[in-house]
Amino acid sequence: MQIPYTSKPRPDTGLYNAKLGLWLFLASEMMLFGGLFSAYILLRTGQPDGFWPRNWLSIPIGTFNTMLLITSSITATMAWAACKSGNFGRYKMFHGITLLLAISFLGVKSFEYRDKLTHYWIETKHGEFIDGHLHEKTDKEVVVVGVKTTNAMFLYDRTSADYKKLVHEEIKVETADIKKISNYQPRLNIYLSLYWVITALHALHLIGGILVFGYLWGPGSKMWHTDRERFTNRIEVSGLYWHFVDLVWVFVFPVLYLF
Amino acid sequence: MQATSHAAPHDHAHHDDHAHGGFWSTYIFSTDHKVVGIQYGVTALIFLLFGFSLMGLMRWQIAHPGQSVPVVGPLLEHLLGSTMAGKGVISPDLYNSFGAMHGTIMVFLAIVPLAVGAFGNYLVPLQIGAIDMAYPKLNMASYQFYFIGGVIMFTSFFVPGGAAQGGWTSYPPLAMVLATNGQTYWLIGMVFLITSSLLGSVNLIATIIQLRAPGMTWMRLPFFVWAQFVANFLLLLAFPPLEAAGVMQLSDKVLGTSFFLPTGLAVGGNLANISGGGSPLLWQHLFWFLAHPEVYVLILPALGIISEIIANNTRKPIWGYKTLVYAALALGFISFIVWAHHMYLTGMGTKISTFFQTTTMSISVPSVIILTCLLISLWGGSIRFNTPMLFATAFLPMFAIGGLTGLPLGFNYSDIHLHDTYYVIGHFHYVVAPGTIFALFGGIYFWFPKITGRSMNEWWGKVHFWGSFIFMNVVFMPMFIQGLGGMLRRMSDGGINYALRPELLYMNTIIFWGAVGLGLSQIPFIINFFYSIKNGAKVTSDNPWNATTLEWQTPTPPGHGNFTKPIEVFRGPYEYSVPGAAKDFTPQNEPNKA
Amino acid sequence: MSENSHAEVNVRRYLIVFGCMIATALLTVGVATAPLGSHKLNIALALVIIAVQAFLVLGFMMHLLSERRMIYTVLFFTAVFFVALMALTLFARHDEVTQPRHRAAVTAEARV
Repeated sequence: MQIPYTSKPRPDTGLYNAKLGLWLFLASEMMLFGGLFSAYILLRTGQPDGFWPRNWLSIPIGTFNTMLLITSSITATMAWAACKSGNFGRYKMFHGITLLLAISFLGVKSFEYRDKLTHYWIETKHGEFIDGHLHEKTDKEVVVVGVKTTNAMFLYDRTSADYKKLVHEEIKVETADIKKISNYQPRLNIYLSLYWVITALHALHLIGGILVFGYLWGPGSKMWHTDRERFTNRIEVSGLYWHFVDLVWVFVFPVLYLF
Repeated sequence: MQATSHAAPHDHAHHDDHAHGGFWSTYIFSTDHKVVGIQYGVTALIFLLFGFSLMGLMRWQIAHPGQSVPVVGPLLEHLLGSTMAGKGVISPDLYNSFGAMHGTIMVFLAIVPLAVGAFGNYLVPLQIGAIDMAYPKLNMASYQFYFIGGVIMFTSFFVPGGAAQGGWTSYPPLAMVLATNGQTYWLIGMVFLITSSLLGSVNLIATIIQLRAPGMTWMRLPFFVWAQFVANFLLLLAFPPLEAAGVMQLSDKVLGTSFFLPTGLAVGGNLANISGGGSPLLWQHLFWFLAHPEVYVLILPALGIISEIIANNTRKPIWGYKTLVYAALALGFISFIVWAHHMYLTGMGTKISTFFQTTTMSISVPSVIILTCLLISLWGGSIRFNTPMLFATAFLPMFAIGGLTGLPLGFNYSDIHLHDTYYVIGHFHYVVAPGTIFALFGGIYFWFPKITGRSMNEWWGKVHFWGSFIFMNVVFMPMFIQGLGGMLRRMSDGGINYALRPELLYMNTIIFWGAVGLGLSQIPFIINFFYSIKNGAKVTSDNPWNATTLEWQTPTPPGHGNFTKPIEVFRGPYEYSVPGAAKDFTPQNEPNKA
Repeated sequence: MSENSHAEVNVRRYLIVFGCMIATALLTVGVATAPLGSHKLNIALALVIIAVQAFLVLGFMMHLLSERRMIYTVLFFTAVFFVALMALTLFARHDEVTQPRHRAAVTAEARV
């Protein structure tokens, strides 16, 4: 006896098992990211006005990544459509493109992460705040290319007039002068904590999707020849998961990059 | 026609099982829901005993503060070092870690895995007429994640600094500043346990929706299945925010972030080296968003088990089946919007507090409805007081006490006096201990014959029952009085502050001896359980209790694939004593006489 | 597989959705960064466009518009609990007691 409804849908629910299972899983994922976004809103509204970082992330890069993900979502759908119309070659092509786009997204993300780790925030003992990209770091001094100010608040909102008035130049700080120095790692401030944790969790989900897609595109594609219907359902279900990953990014990108 | 295709019941694995491979694939890496269910059951019972022992040690310390624990004291020192257990005395840090881990282990490693992982996995496919769960491999994986999570939690006792010490609730900033890696282990262990729970709940819900046998309509499901259905929805949707919070707290611990640490936090008189900007209340909201529905996960499977046992042993249908179902659904829904009643003393304003008080009061309605239906079910029954029925009958007043004592906690003004006192401990233990655990014990005695083909000894079962029943009350009833007297919980010195109320302190001694009695009462159960697997009285039929539900219409024990032929269901789950019927019970899959 | 004909395998439709997604993504960037006076206005408008994007993804790419009732039911309750979590947590944080509230002066009689 076989477990029923693995491919054929059950008449009264109209669903095959994997599809129901995946939507149940996605429901829980919505609650997961819901918890994170609730945390974001609560923490942000708890901060005093003017001290929430804005424009700290590169909008062009984020937009480019968004385009990559949207495109990969469509190619994932096209891959499934190709399966439905019995075109294995076209399925392979679209699924392959999806994989490449997904991996590229991760590549761009790791570039962004690396960029964050070379961006420094320095507070001197004279009450100065320096914020810029690291050029050089020796025992005697730290050289960054960025801005300097005595009012820390100016550094948070980079769309503000106050920030735009600051001069972007090479700044040398003597190590002896430094009260606090940190790159843009999660612990620097609550915004960065949220940025790192939310995007990392999203990236982990992306990696999961890549692994599943990779398996289905590679060794798993043998099922095309043995049980075409079930294989097509697998492409559909994994595609649904992928759309969800895209959906999360639809929220993550504006919330972290634009708001 | 009955599915008893064998003349004599078998007491060891069917031939079908052996055909599927050797020891490892049959017993360790099996995808059969029955094997997974038993794995969950045995592991959970071991953790139940372990969690109970932690409590025993704690009660010793409370009743005899600063005294070396008899017999085990030197062992504790040997295992955990002299900082934690110098001279066999439980240090405050060790007491706190026992407290935190007792709660964590009982809730996440014992009760839920037993109620949902064991009973749910084993019985749901059988009761709906399916051959296995919807995703057998996922089922195996969910057990493995649970096992790993359990190992991580267990090993956390042995890291420098000891196991988690900030309560099972792990509130920051305390959980952050505790100088132990045990807290980090706890968080990682929770991630594994939550993942296990997620895989399990997707599986159970999909199975109930998709794999019901022909004729098994929603309203013909045994109430046990409905209870599992609602409980698993709670797990599915309520756990993820805690997973998010767990990741954030892990980040606070490991990456130095301040999700839950406020600006200006001072530890030991010095400003903490953190960025601040976080909120300790955020953790509480996310934690209790899970932890409140979690308590309904603890009780719902128990209510399901009780229903099955009562219907069978009163020889009449459960009273108010549809009411029970709607009450369970309502209970599940409302449970998501009551959580902040655990947070009345955090400075909540009156509007939000009113909201949560209202929802908390309204959730008592479906609870009472369910209890009332079960009570009325006893009326006019032809009651057989076997061991399962003893546990089921005792459950009812015990659960009632637990539920009723929750009411003053649900109002914020009375909670001001009772919050964090022993009253709370008495309240929730009444619901879970002589509540849920009694139902689980009853369930074990009830379904043991189906799983093993042998009965557990009735006489020792009754000894187990009476001992447990009496001593549960000895342990937990005084706690209400202590709590009303203002005695706070989580105090390793046994509440020396209350030396002015010696009668309150004296109860610690009563409770300790009650705990000893309770522990001793479990010995007959443990011996009975293992002894009866091989040497218990063999059952003479596949349906020794003369039950109507589908799990009894299988060979004993059910083989791979469960049923010997496809199942079709013709009637509801509790057709007992139907007027005009030949027997006093009619199985669900017995065809109607033409 | 008659049920899948509901999930219309309509390539042209997907390409239109793709176009809309790209357009709305760019629009989000524009609306969120345009100088509109009030920063809150930027966020509010952007959220509207994001909602449209979410609708496109859920409705067309995940074929929710032609999905089964069982899925709708699951997602409906998920949405309710999602909103409850977010709304109640925020409500709790903004409805806090900052000062003790005293009853109006207690009279001597009442004290007896």
